[in-house]
This record gives sequence, structure tokens and C-alpha cells, in this order.
Amino acid sequence: MSGNLIALLYLASAVLFIFGLKGLTRVKTARRGNAMAAAAMLLAGITTLVEMGKVDYRWILAGLVVGGTIGLIAALKVAMTSMPEMVALFNGFGGGASALVALSVFSLALMEGGTSLALSSSVSGFLSVFIGGVTLTGSLVAFGKLSGKLGGAPVVLPGRHWINAALLLVILGAVASFLMSSEATSSAMVTSFLIVTALSLVLGVLMVIPIGGADMPVVISLLNSLSGVAAAATGFVLAHNLLIIGGALVGASGLILTQIMCVAMNRTLGNVLFSGFGGATASGDSRDYQNITSCGPEEAAMVLESAGSVIMVPGYGLAVAQAQHVARELGDLLEARGARVSYAIHPVAGRMPGHMNVLLADADVPYEKLFEMDAINSDFKTTDVVLVVGANDVVNPAAETDPNSPIAGMPILKCYEAQTVMMIKRSLSPGFAGIKNTLFDNDNTMMIFGDAKAVLQGLVAELKELAH
Amino acid sequence: MGELLIGLYVFVLAIFVGFEVITKIPPTLHTPLMSGANAISGITVLGAFQAARAGSTELSSLFGFVAIVFATINVVGGFVVTDRMLAMFSGKKKKKQDA
Repeated sequence: MSGNLIALLYLASAVLFIFGLKGLTRVKTARRGNAMAAAAMLLAGITTLVEMGKVDYRWILAGLVVGGTIGLIAALKVAMTSMPEMVALFNGFGGGASALVALSVFSLALMEGGTSLALSSSVSGFLSVFIGGVTLTGSLVAFGKLSGKLGGAPVVLPGRHWINAALLLVILGAVASFLMSSEATSSAMVTSFLIVTALSLVLGVLMVIPIGGADMPVVISLLNSLSGVAAAATGFVLAHNLLIIGGALVGASGLILTQIMCVAMNRTLGNVLFSGFGGATASGDSRDYQNITSCGPEEAAMVLESAGSVIMVPGYGLAVAQAQHVARELGDLLEARGARVSYAIHPVAGRMPGHMNVLLADADVPYEKLFEMDAINSDFKTTDVVLVVGANDVVNPAAETDPNSPIAGMPILKCYEAQTVMMIKRSLSPGFAGIKNTLFDNDNTMMIFGDAKAVLQGLVAELKELAH
Repeated sequence: MGELLIGLYVFVLAIFVGFEVITKIPPTLHTPLMSGANAISGITVLGAFQAARAGSTELSSLFGFVAIVFATINVVGGFVVTDRMLAMFSGKKKKKQDA
């Protein structure tokens, strides 16, 4: 096939990718959009194999079979509650793959005396190794935190900013020495790229360990973006425009999500990355509160029974307890009794953007009943009961009333305006922000202590009882 | 215009296209967007094909092989899991229309 035809086929892939993403702008067309993007990938893959002509395909076939099998099994087995971990892990694989391609190019050029590298290829190659390496280990740490294999609490090393800055300087020094060395000193060049590879991997770990569990929506979005940027950098090494386009699209996507998450927490990206937020621990002692009203499922069920409108506010606790199906069951039950039920989703509820939407979709809650914060915030004052399931900081009125609060200015769901607020929570312990939730003290707040799933099951049982 | 400059043009324009399209994606679909983006970042598999081409050198082929495994996990896993999620979104809709 001629080079021009190949280039045109890549262009067709790029166009299909963009149409695929456009499909994702509406629920109705989203599935077709995803299929278009998959078709684009298939077209691009076949085009590359054809372009390469007759070569030994054994490694390629083996890689495709191994990777494809693992990917397929993972995608079919993963529970919707575990989506954040899976996306984190995939971010890492994406970054790792891009870094490995760059390493392969380097090793070919250096160790085995292949073609020498142009300056621009070297620079983009190092960028690819650096960004890809940071993405790989950063994502593995994020995966560990999200899956509970590592503690979610921030690990704050003393002087970590200095350590990170020093690592970055050494990396820059190694790159500079690589670029300035001549072909004759190729062993020094090998050392340079080993240093860059190793330190990038270390830096990825150090960047993510000080970040607490509830900041994961930001971290995972940023790593998503970086995995795209790494692919684009690899595209520069190979002068491959489709890699550049695909990488740029993913980079832009992750950046937009990062931005949305930061705005939803009223924090800057720098603050999320560098402050070690969430390290402070409030006591979570009942002595912090003066006016706690708690009740059991029976009492709560009676209030719910007479409610004409109910808003459920799901949070991370719902995901941890895997309570989405019971939540839907309760919602259906209330609707059958004539109540209007909707679900209010805070942008940072859960551990990744859109996490709650997917969980509730998993439980067959129609997406028309899911409302974003801005769309539903004016409805709370006309709502009889708000049921907060495993959310905390995102409903804390202190964000609006206390200018000195660490979460001051963060947009919240205005649950406190409702007639009655029911908080389903294990205890009075503070949320991720480590501060007292003034909502608990309000006269119209009832605390229902317990595991989200168990409490919801209790409510369902009581409501069914009342129906008889 | 050299390859590097052409690449930069493409990169910058693609970022603008990405921003235009992706800002219009509703929050409901942000998780499928991320897993779909995972799959698209697997585009690096094209580079991995060339890297893994046997007959170059053992080390570079090994890097290429591992890169293909990683990237293919992303591509296959990403598109399949996204489809699974989106089927849940649209599946309900049908049920509702039936009712």
C-alpha cells in the first residue's frame, strides 16, 4: 500500500475517534460512540500491521493475545463499585506502555547501534519515559489506595517537596548530559536513561502517596490526562500523528475532568497535589456535638412513609457498602407509595468522576432521576425528606457558613433546607476533610447509625411491614 | 516544515478539538468517558507494534512486547468495560419504555 493511502487511513481513524467522543455527549448515542472509537482503533491497528509488511509477527501476536485476554477478563469481571481502581490501573498501563515504546526506541538506537536519534526525538523520548513512568507508578499507588490494599490516608514524608525537587533536578541533569554526550560515550548515555527511568518511577510514587483517599477523583483524572500526554509524546518520538491526536484527546479529556473536580471542591490543583490535605484529624467525638438526634429504622420508616418527596444523596459510603441495589429498592418502594423520589449527585461524590451515576445505573435507577448539584439545589427547600447515604463533607453547611472552615466556599448540596434530613452513617466520625459536620447538630437532622446497606435493608423491611 | 513542527500543529489543534467535544459530555457519562479515554490512550499500541517487530534486537523487542500487552489490556479492557457501562445506561431506558 502506498504511504499516502496509509496516511489517509490514519486520518479516517482520527475522525472516527472524534465522532466516537461526540457520541458520548448524549446517553442515547454513547454506546454507538464507544463502538466507533473501538472501530477506529481496529482500523488503525490493521493499517499499522499492513504498513509494516512482512515481518516476524510472533511477538506482536503473543502480546495481543496475552493483553487482550487479560483486558477482556478484567472488563467482564469488574464490579461497578470497583471502577475507580480499574480505571486507575488502566491509566498506569497506558502510561507504562508509552514509556516502554520510548525505551524500546532508545535501546535500539543506543545499545545495539541502530539509527542515531535526532534531538527532537530524544527530548520527546525522555518526556515519554518521564510522564509514562510517573503515570505508571502513580497509578499503581492510586490503585492500591482505592482498592484498600494500601491505607487511604496521606503519607506525608518530612521535606517531601525538597525530595521531589531534588529528584526532578537529577532527572533534568541526566537528560542534559544525555543530549550533550556524543556517540562515542554511549555507556554514559545508557546510564542517563537508566537514571531517568528509575527516578521517574520513584517520583510517581512520591507524588501520589501524600494524597488522601477523597482527593482520588482529582488524582485519577490527572493520571488519565497524563496517560494521554505520554502517548502523544511517544507519537512525537515516532513522528506518528495518530498517536499525537489520540494522546491529545485523552490529555484534554483528563484535564477537563481534573478541572471539574477541583472546582467542585473549591481547591486548586496545586493544593490537592502538594498540601497533604486530610492529614488533620478531628476527634469525631460526640462531645463535638450538642444536639444529636438519633433514631432507628422503625421511626425513620414512619417519617418516610408520609413523605411526599424524597431526595437521596449517595456518597462514597454507598459504594463501600455496595448498597446501590437496596437504595434503588427503597426508592421504588417509596415511589409505589406515591412519593416523588430523586437522586442528588455531587460532582465529587465517590472516588472518580461520575462514579455514583454508574453505580445507580448498575442498580437500574433511570438516569432521568439523577440530578446534578446545580439542577437540584433549589429543590431541597420543598422536599420532605433527604436521605443522605454515606456522604458527609459534600452536605456540610459549614462550607457556606464558616469562612474559616477548611472547606469554606466548597459548593455543597443544600440538604439542610429540607424538612427532615436523615443521615445514614456508621458514627459521628468526620469525613475526609477531618472537620465537624454542622448538619448533624441541626434540629431537623436525624442520625441513623449503621452500615449503609444494613440500614437501607432495615428501612425497606420496615416500610414493607407498614404496608401490611 | 519539519516533522516536529507538523506534530506540534497536530497536537495543539487536537487538544482544541478535544476540549470542544469533551466539555459537552454530561457528568452522568464521566466514568464511561474515563474508561473510554483509557482505551484511546492505548493507541500507543501502534508504536508498540513497531517496537516489538522481531528481528530488531532482543531488548527492544522485549520492551515492545510488554508495551503491546499493557496497551492491549487498555484497548480491549477499556472499550469492553465502557460498553458494559453504557449498556446499563441505555438498557434501563428500554425497560422504561416497555413499561
